[in-house]
Amino acid sequence: MALKLLVGTRKGLFMLEDGLGGWAITRHDFVGTPVTSLLHDPRNGMYYAALNHGHFGVKLHRSEPGGAAWEEVSPPAFPEGFGGDAAKAPAVSLIWSLASGGADRPGQIWAGTIPGALFRSDDRGGSWVLVEGLWLQESRARWFGGGYDDPGIHSILIDPRDSDSMVVGISCGGVWLSRDGGASWTLGGQGLVAAYMPPEARFDPAVQDPHRIVACPAAPDRLWTQHHNGVFRSEDGGANWSQVVGLPLSDFGFAVAVHPARPDTAWFVPAESDEKRIPLDGQFVVTRTRDGGYSFETLRRGLPLPPAYDLVYRHALEVAPDGKTLAMGSSTGSLWTSADGGEAWQLANAHLPPIACVTFAT
Amino acid sequence: MPRITFTAHLRRWAPSGPVIVPGTTVRLALESVFAEYPALRLYVLDEQRRLRKHVALFVDGTRAALDDAVPQNAEIYVLQALSGG
Repeated sequence: MALKLLVGTRKGLFMLEDGLGGWAITRHDFVGTPVTSLLHDPRNGMYYAALNHGHFGVKLHRSEPGGAAWEEVSPPAFPEGFGGDAAKAPAVSLIWSLASGGADRPGQIWAGTIPGALFRSDDRGGSWVLVEGLWLQESRARWFGGGYDDPGIHSILIDPRDSDSMVVGISCGGVWLSRDGGASWTLGGQGLVAAYMPPEARFDPAVQDPHRIVACPAAPDRLWTQHHNGVFRSEDGGANWSQVVGLPLSDFGFAVAVHPARPDTAWFVPAESDEKRIPLDGQFVVTRTRDGGYSFETLRRGLPLPPAYDLVYRHALEVAPDGKTLAMGSSTGSLWTSADGGEAWQLANAHLPPIACVTFAT
Repeated sequence: MPRITFTAHLRRWAPSGPVIVPGTTVRLALESVFAEYPALRLYVLDEQRRLRKHVALFVDGTRAALDDAVPQNAEIYVLQALSGG
C-alpha cells in the first residue's frame, strides 16, 4: 500500500500522499484544532489522533485503516478523586505521546501525558487505566515541567522482543524502565547530565530532560536521546548513557530519529542552545551520523539558505520503515521530505500551520 | 426551570439551541443536559468534574460557579472564555 504522511498541526491533521508531483495534501481533518500526537498502529493499520481543544480539553480520535472514518473515543483520564483530595486531583492537560503495544497484544496502546502520567488501553483506546506504579514514584516530587507547567511523557518505547519491557522518557523526570508491563519501575539515565541544575544535582537521573528518546527497532537496546544538554546514546536499553561529542553546529535540539535496521544511523536537527532555540546563525540543517556518533554529516541540500528560523519539535522528525524516506515539519509550518536518507530534501509545503508531529502510515 | 444556552463552538456536542432543564444549581442543570448529550460532559468539565479552566458560566448575566444556585427561570450561558485556547 502507498505510503502516507500524517502531519499534526496547530490547525488540524493533514494527510499527504506521494505522487508524481511530490507529496501533496489529500485530506485535512479536525480543521482548526491542535493535533498533539499521532499514531499509526502497524499491527492493524488503525490511526489515532490526540487533540487539544484548548478551552474544551484533550480528546482522542481513532480511525479504521486509511484515516477516512474518525470516531471520538475516551481520552486517557485520571480516576475521579485520584489522590484523595478532589480539589487537587490531577487532570490530563495534553496527550503528548502514543505508542502501539507489542505484536502479541493486538488491542494494547499506550499514552503519555502532561502531567507526567502513563496510561494503558487494552481495547484500542476505548478505555484507559493509569499506570499507577509510575505515577506513585517518590522521585516525582523532584520532576518539573520543561516548556510546559508540568512534567510530561513524550517517549514510550515498547521492546519488540518483550511486550512487558518498556522505556519511558519524561521532560523533566528522566528515563524510566519497566520489565513487567508497568507494574514496577527503575530509574535509568545514568550518565545524563543537566547543566540547568546546581552542581550537586546535575547527575541526578530524576531531573534529566531527555527531549526525545528513540530505539532502533532491529536492535532495541540501542537508544538515542536528544537531551536538553546534548546528544547521548545507550547500549543497554536506557540504563546507562554516554554523551556524543563533536556534533556540527550545536548539540541542542528537540528531535531525533534512528534508522529502523541500523542502530548507528541517526538524524538530528540542531538549534542554538537553550537560551535562544533558533537555528544557529539561521542555518537550518539536518545532521546525520552513520557510525554511532563518532562522526556527523551536515545535510543541507534542498533546505532553505540562511537565514531560516524553522525549529523542529520532538515528534516532528520521522523516518519510514524503509530507512530512506524521512519527513520533517517545523514550528513555522514548513514540511520537507527526503527519499534518500536525508541527502536531499524536498519542500512539500511552506505554509502549513505550526507542526507538532509527523508520522508515516499506510 | 432554568434555560441553558451553549456557545456555538460546542454545537457538535451540545443542543443546537437553548434548552429548558431541571436543576437548582448550575451543575445540576448541566447534568440534566449531559444526560441527553453524554459526549458534551468532557468538553465542559474535566475528568475530576471541575469546570474546565477556560469555560465561562453566566447566570442572568453574572459570571457564576458550578455549584451556584440558580433562580427559577434563570438564563444560564456556557461560553468560551477569551483566556487560553
